Amino acid sequence: MSELNSALEHPTYNYKVVRQFAIMTVVWGIVGMLVGVLIAAQLAWPQLNPGLEWLHFGRLRPLHTNAVIFAFGGCALFATSYYIVQRTTQARLLSDKLAAFTFWGWQAVILAAAISLPMGWTSGKEYAELEWPIDILITLVWVSYAIVFFGTIVKRKVQHIYVANWFLGSFIIAVAILHLMNSAAIPVSATKSYSVYAGTVDAMVQWWYGHNAVGFFLTAGFLGMMYYFVPKQAERPVYSYRLSIVHFWALVAVYIWAGPHHLHYTALPDWAQSLGMVMSLILLAPSWGGMINGMMTLSGAWHKLRTDPILRFLVVSLSFYGMSTFEGPMMSIKTVNALSHYTDWTIGHVHSGALGWVAMISIGSLYHLIPILFGKERMYSVELINVHFWMSTIGTVLYIASMWVNGIMQGLMWRAYNQDGTLTYNFVESVAASYPGYVVRVLGGGIFFAGMLVMAYNVYMTTRKNVELQPAPAAASAA
Amino acid sequence: MASFWSLWVIILTSITIVLITWVLFANRTREQNTEGKTTGHIYDGIEEYDNPLPAWWFMMFVLTIVFGIGYLIVYPGMGNYPGLLGWTQIEQHEKEVAAAEARYRDMRDRYLAMPVEEIAKDPAVRKMGGRIFANNCAVCHGSDAKGAYGFPNLTDDDWLYGGSPEAIKTTLIQGRKAAMPGWEAILGDQGIAEATAYVQSLSGRVVDEGLAEAGAKHFQTYCAACHGADGKGNYALGAPNLANGIWLYGGSTEQISHTLRKGRNGVMPAFADTLSEDKIHILTAYVYSLSH
Repeated sequence: MSELNSALEHPTYNYKVVRQFAIMTVVWGIVGMLVGVLIAAQLAWPQLNPGLEWLHFGRLRPLHTNAVIFAFGGCALFATSYYIVQRTTQARLLSDKLAAFTFWGWQAVILAAAISLPMGWTSGKEYAELEWPIDILITLVWVSYAIVFFGTIVKRKVQHIYVANWFLGSFIIAVAILHLMNSAAIPVSATKSYSVYAGTVDAMVQWWYGHNAVGFFLTAGFLGMMYYFVPKQAERPVYSYRLSIVHFWALVAVYIWAGPHHLHYTALPDWAQSLGMVMSLILLAPSWGGMINGMMTLSGAWHKLRTDPILRFLVVSLSFYGMSTFEGPMMSIKTVNALSHYTDWTIGHVHSGALGWVAMISIGSLYHLIPILFGKERMYSVELINVHFWMSTIGTVLYIASMWVNGIMQGLMWRAYNQDGTLTYNFVESVAASYPGYVVRVLGGGIFFAGMLVMAYNVYMTTRKNVELQPAPAAASAA
Repeated sequence: MASFWSLWVIILTSITIVLITWVLFANRTREQNTEGKTTGHIYDGIEEYDNPLPAWWFMMFVLTIVFGIGYLIVYPGMGNYPGLLGWTQIEQHEKEVAAAEARYRDMRDRYLAMPVEEIAKDPAVRKMGGRIFANNCAVCHGSDAKGAYGFPNLTDDDWLYGGSPEAIKTTLIQGRKAAMPGWEAILGDQGIAEATAYVQSLSGRVVDEGLAEAGAKHFQTYCAACHGADGKGNYALGAPNLANGIWLYGGSTEQISHTLRKGRNGVMPAFADTLSEDKIHILTAYVYSLSH
């Protein structure tokens, strides 16, 4: 850390906390994705589930999701939001101490998750598995985060509030409400609690939370990131201010309704299922508003894609965002859902968002951010950014294509029946048929993970003092 | 749902749809001269154009809203309002089941009227039964029906509750609960060792004769009531034949003595609520055909 501390301090802004979160984004990205590759391999080759229960798929899967969403994604959001809110308000963070608390508190949450989940301490709620003492710590960190973020907005030195901050602010508020509502539980011991909700209500609260963890944590938050780093990297004005107004308000108003599409054809009452589906369909245009605004910001700067791998990361992430936000409303239609639900298609859909959108926009933003934070002109090696870009893209495509094939195949196999009315296949046959797809997924995930190692090396070399930057490739203009 | 909550849902839904429609139309502008102009705000060097909403995007947004409103008129969604079609998922399910019943009932009724031994020879029935087996039974008895540790092999002629069509059908309909008590407290370590040796001798294995002789006494006192004086089992109690070398929980000295010490509990679930009578009839024929 000594090297980090000795880096240039900005006279106005608090870059220290941004630097800390940025570095931990890379670290947790590697950890979370490594666990992801491991559990993907466990699904392809079940022998990899060892006798030790701590390393079994059932315990590592929540570790993977928590690590990539809240550790990797969370640190990326903290880093970029603290940076963006300072730069676009021209004000230093409200409190350095409180900001430092959010950093160390969040790392403590992650550490507690990394210990408690393999131990099997879980509330059993997807993406909210952490037990109540950790939930309380999350609440404290999140309230501090809100105070720092909104406090900084209040003391801003510019009149208006930039669109990136609308999205980041909505993400902070919504996640606070979702976390408090869904994690409400009655503790029976230090490591076990039971949800205060029962039955179908519990399921509905869970998926109201679950879908808005996607909607606000993984979409609104990262759209905030997009609205700063895309125009910055492209050096072009944002395409349309009025489009950002419409799609912001529509997105936050409609997303919160979409959760019931996770519970189609269940004990959830028909009216709630219908409303979830209708709102999910209406969500298509608001979601695409962000993609259009990002993509069209490049008009007049498309040629930069030829030479700037950072911009490529950002643009390809927007493409994946557009694709998965089309796929999502489509999958929420009951008839489509009857085929796709409970299959690998869902996992493919999640990862086209998680790898293609969330991870790639974060990686692109970090490549823009890290040289600035460490007082360098650009990343150590532009060529390695390009290598990383291709690894990420190929890895994502392999992952989602294999899960599409598997998911549609599983859905069709489960519903196939014979002339005599019996089912054509049993479950195990659909598992056996999924094997090739599982192997391709390990490959795709492995390539994406290896790309993160390339990034780690590039970041490490960039942060070191007295290391000369690699010459930029002849055609490439430095970031 | 109480009418208050129904109204709550209707009002909130309507407000949301009206709000987004208003935001959409309020920001629509037909003037094209906004194109290429910025708002004048600059944030950390970032400027914003004020381009009009793309027309195709605007139309797409309107279409999804129109579709949504139409859907909520036709289908349930607005609180207690049932929708013009009066559709419910339970009704859809019941209709689909009834349609399937109508389609397959005649064929199955025909089989139901025929004896198991006869339809067990029909390849079509065996195929049908095999698929029912694969989706209901294979998870314990294996895809090949050869069983696993604790789950009986159905392809041999060793039966716990009998292999007649009637016995198989009763097993399928009612399920079975096997209870072998543990004898650790009564026999003690030495007694367990003796009884184990005797049980092994029943299937012709070479054992310590002194131990087996002592074990024979225990067997006649405690075990013969269920397994029979000759150890050949009893279908009525589901007591396995101990003399044919087939072991449900393993035949090693360790495994047999563990069974004797702790006892065993075997459970075969009842399928009366899962499968209809005609399907159970066909499944019975399939299971019967595996050993005949």
